[in-house]
Amino acid sequence: MAVFLVIVALSLVLFLVPKKFLYPLAFGLQALIIIFTSYLAVRAFAEPEALRIFFFRLTDNDIYLVIDRMSAFFVLTINLTLFTGILYAKGYLKSYYGSKNTSELALHYFSFVWLHLSMLLVCVLRDGLGFLVAWELMSLSSFFLVIFESEKKDIIRTGIQYLIQMHIGLAFLITAFLLAGMKSGGTIGFDGLPAYFDHYKSFGVFLLFFAGFGIKAGFIPFHTWLPHAHPAAPSHVSGVMSGVMIKMGLYGILRVLTSVHDGLLQIGVFILAVSLVSGIAGIILALVQQDIKKMLAYSSIENVGIIGTGIGLGTIGTAAGIPALAVLGYSGAFLHIFNHSLFKSMLFYASGNVYRQTHTRNMDQLGGLAKTMPATAFFFLLGATAIAGLPPLNGFISEFLLYSGMFRSLSASDFSLSLVLLGGIIGLVLIGGLTLYCFTKAFGIVFLGNARSDRPSHAREAERSMLFPLLFISLFMAAIGIFPFLIAEPLGKIVTIFVPDASLLNAALPPLSGISIVFAFLFLVIFLLFLLRSRLEKKRTVTMDSTWGCGNTAADPALNQYTARSYADYIETFTRHLAGVKKKYDPIEKDEIFPAGRTYESHNTDVFEDRLISGPTGRLMAFLEKIAVFQTGNIQHYLLYAIVFIAIVILLTLMGVMS
Amino acid sequence: MIIKAGIILLILLISLMFPGVINKTNAKIGGRKGAPVLQVLYDNIRLLKKGNVYSRTTGFVFRLAPLVYFASILSCVLFIPLGNHKAVFSFDGDFVLFAYLMALGRFFMILAAMDTGSGFEGMGANREAYYSMLAEPAFFIVIASLSLFTDHTSFYDLFNHLHPQSNLSYLIAFLAIYVFSLLALAENSRLPVDDPKTHLELTMVHEVMILDHSGFDLALIQLAGGLKFAIYGALIHNLAVPVSLPFALQLAILLGVEVIFAMIVGVMESLRARNKMMKNPQWLIAISALAVIAFLAVLIITRKFSLV
Repeated sequence: MAVFLVIVALSLVLFLVPKKFLYPLAFGLQALIIIFTSYLAVRAFAEPEALRIFFFRLTDNDIYLVIDRMSAFFVLTINLTLFTGILYAKGYLKSYYGSKNTSELALHYFSFVWLHLSMLLVCVLRDGLGFLVAWELMSLSSFFLVIFESEKKDIIRTGIQYLIQMHIGLAFLITAFLLAGMKSGGTIGFDGLPAYFDHYKSFGVFLLFFAGFGIKAGFIPFHTWLPHAHPAAPSHVSGVMSGVMIKMGLYGILRVLTSVHDGLLQIGVFILAVSLVSGIAGIILALVQQDIKKMLAYSSIENVGIIGTGIGLGTIGTAAGIPALAVLGYSGAFLHIFNHSLFKSMLFYASGNVYRQTHTRNMDQLGGLAKTMPATAFFFLLGATAIAGLPPLNGFISEFLLYSGMFRSLSASDFSLSLVLLGGIIGLVLIGGLTLYCFTKAFGIVFLGNARSDRPSHAREAERSMLFPLLFISLFMAAIGIFPFLIAEPLGKIVTIFVPDASLLNAALPPLSGISIVFAFLFLVIFLLFLLRSRLEKKRTVTMDSTWGCGNTAADPALNQYTARSYADYIETFTRHLAGVKKKYDPIEKDEIFPAGRTYESHNTDVFEDRLISGPTGRLMAFLEKIAVFQTGNIQHYLLYAIVFIAIVILLTLMGVMS
Repeated sequence: MIIKAGIILLILLISLMFPGVINKTNAKIGGRKGAPVLQVLYDNIRLLKKGNVYSRTTGFVFRLAPLVYFASILSCVLFIPLGNHKAVFSFDGDFVLFAYLMALGRFFMILAAMDTGSGFEGMGANREAYYSMLAEPAFFIVIASLSLFTDHTSFYDLFNHLHPQSNLSYLIAFLAIYVFSLLALAENSRLPVDDPKTHLELTMVHEVMILDHSGFDLALIQLAGGLKFAIYGALIHNLAVPVSLPFALQLAILLGVEVIFAMIVGVMESLRARNKMMKNPQWLIAISALAVIAFLAVLIITRKFSLV
């Protein structure tokens, strides 16, 4: 508690110090938080029992910080990502020091520190009120972070939209907590949930929790804030929001699941279905984007889908009594939570480097950056490889766990469960294939080929402080990818929360060391081939020439290549109902021998957003506008309304309706 | 150890002659004499002796890609068991890594094509990404059917427990072989998905992706192509042949299966035309549909599906 108060006090000091001390103070504060909480988390991780620390006393209610292994896992994940976030912020915010005044920057750092604090509190508070306050603090601080560039009108608009959606989520959560707490007569909070779920039908209240947490996590169809808020926020914020903040929604769902023991099969199948839809639709929507950060935002939805698939499989495994499925499903989900926090923040930081240099997020204006920004390109390539689930990086390991879980449980499951698992396998494979499609596009269009406009022409490699966090993250990614057996034990420890029997655990986790040997061989072959080629090249002539252009050398190299839009053309036609792409152009007529110049426009839409948000609100607005005919501005009319109103009241009273 | 090395060596040898057998069959049906079976090998040796020509647009990805592609396909060879001899890499879920290694190679080849900044190669890259996405589920569904049938999850165990179960296994094996053959055609960019003999860039898929590769890099890519065919041939062999046969006979049968497989591909390529580009997605999805039939058949055989 004392440490907490010190941190709160120090965070307020941020508003008092001059500009140049802002970053050191914020960094020092976060370092303090990270060291202190990581120490607690590591200590909690060692013990099977949760660590309970007295926090403060509210009227007659003691509030404790409860750190069990799952909380500890989330605390460590948050700390790691926020650490790279604040490291990256140094370089990224430098260019804003001229245009922003001290208090604006102070508010930004203050919100960043508080986002960190509130996320940590979300993971360790079990009491309903405390949890909801922390949850709200998290939404508010991230709101202030999103609207950093508040001089732009659409950013404010996006921020407000984000704030509203977060509060719809909060409303769901409050309802769910109150409902569960009142009915079971117990405490309001996570500790009161087992009492409720043990005595009442679980699905309804679980659905409320799922909706509330799902809005934060970005499950489709609750995802509509994500693709707007992520591009609007500065890159270190998007990295942190996408890397860990949306995971708080998943934490909530997992925490609720620890209290549910009946009706798990139904819940598991429901989560699996929603997750697979989120995964496939999310990545398809990512594929058709032109804005690189919007693409990454949609890809976060896809990854939440993969994590949800793991949670769903774990739940089904527990319900159906298949320990291998439960263990591998949950451990795949946890590992993917950690993995995604690594590679997604990496991709956001790398795209931040690109944005800093080129001042555009539109992929169709980029190209060829691998030559001017090789280090950024290399890290983006690593991130893309990992996110596509390809070996030898960490993304593969978590997907491997999920696949293993599903394949191993096939023979133990009955008819309908076999079909569910088959659906899971097909879904995961499709997500994998689509992700490969999406990230070859992202990397290929942004970093390879020729520049598509003059924007990238002045690009230079980002400064060291904006590359170091990427290097730091990539070490973790490579370590998990190449030495996956190292993480088996900690993962097993987290999963004990859901599958208490440790003997089942060891039997279920596959021998991951086999994978390392394959990767060693892979690296060896690549290295040997490289040496061989270098030796051969010394003896032979290596010529540089222009790309094969079918004999046509006059074509403009900037135009004679694929764009973000055309690369995704197949998917656009294949899935036009999901990601409606509207194109506007005059087709070339047959008799037009010398076509004149024309313009071409294309916009893509998100069917869920159209049907669920824009459509209904649009209709509501249209309806309200029609009602506005009463608002004539004429005083006589308003007097008439008053008289009509009084007449109606008298009439209704006389008829005995209002008594 | 020696046996494992022998199996790998045999697969490598087969991979060198596989494209030659296809071409020879093609030529015979077309009434020509045709190039020697090992012509592809000669071509590659000559390529290895040549210097590289790189496009000025390309960078490190373009140079790295052929190495990663070849290395990943070569690693896949070490996943193939034969008879009751385990592969070098054999563990639970090895087929997932097998499929993802193939995907890794593809990922880098697509990026290399994008690196040239050519509209043609972008076309190939784009098609490759799309088609492979559509073809990928079939492999996993077939493996899921086998693992449902045998209750095992590694290549070695799947093949070893397939046939002793019951005679009905041949029904599954037949469907699986059929699906794998179609997949092999799609993966190797052969007819009817893609025509390696076409001379128009606009209608190519794989060929147009490697327009700018030359010398050592091109040789690696072509060798990897042969390897992919040989790998699929070996998988088909494993599905078809019971493990109880003596090892020497197995090796002979493997050689026979691969040659026959290559000849069938050759015959088919001489007799039919390439799909329309727009038809390809349907054709590829149909493979997965066939694989689902295999899965349903296993559900019926294992009596999970009953009307009660």
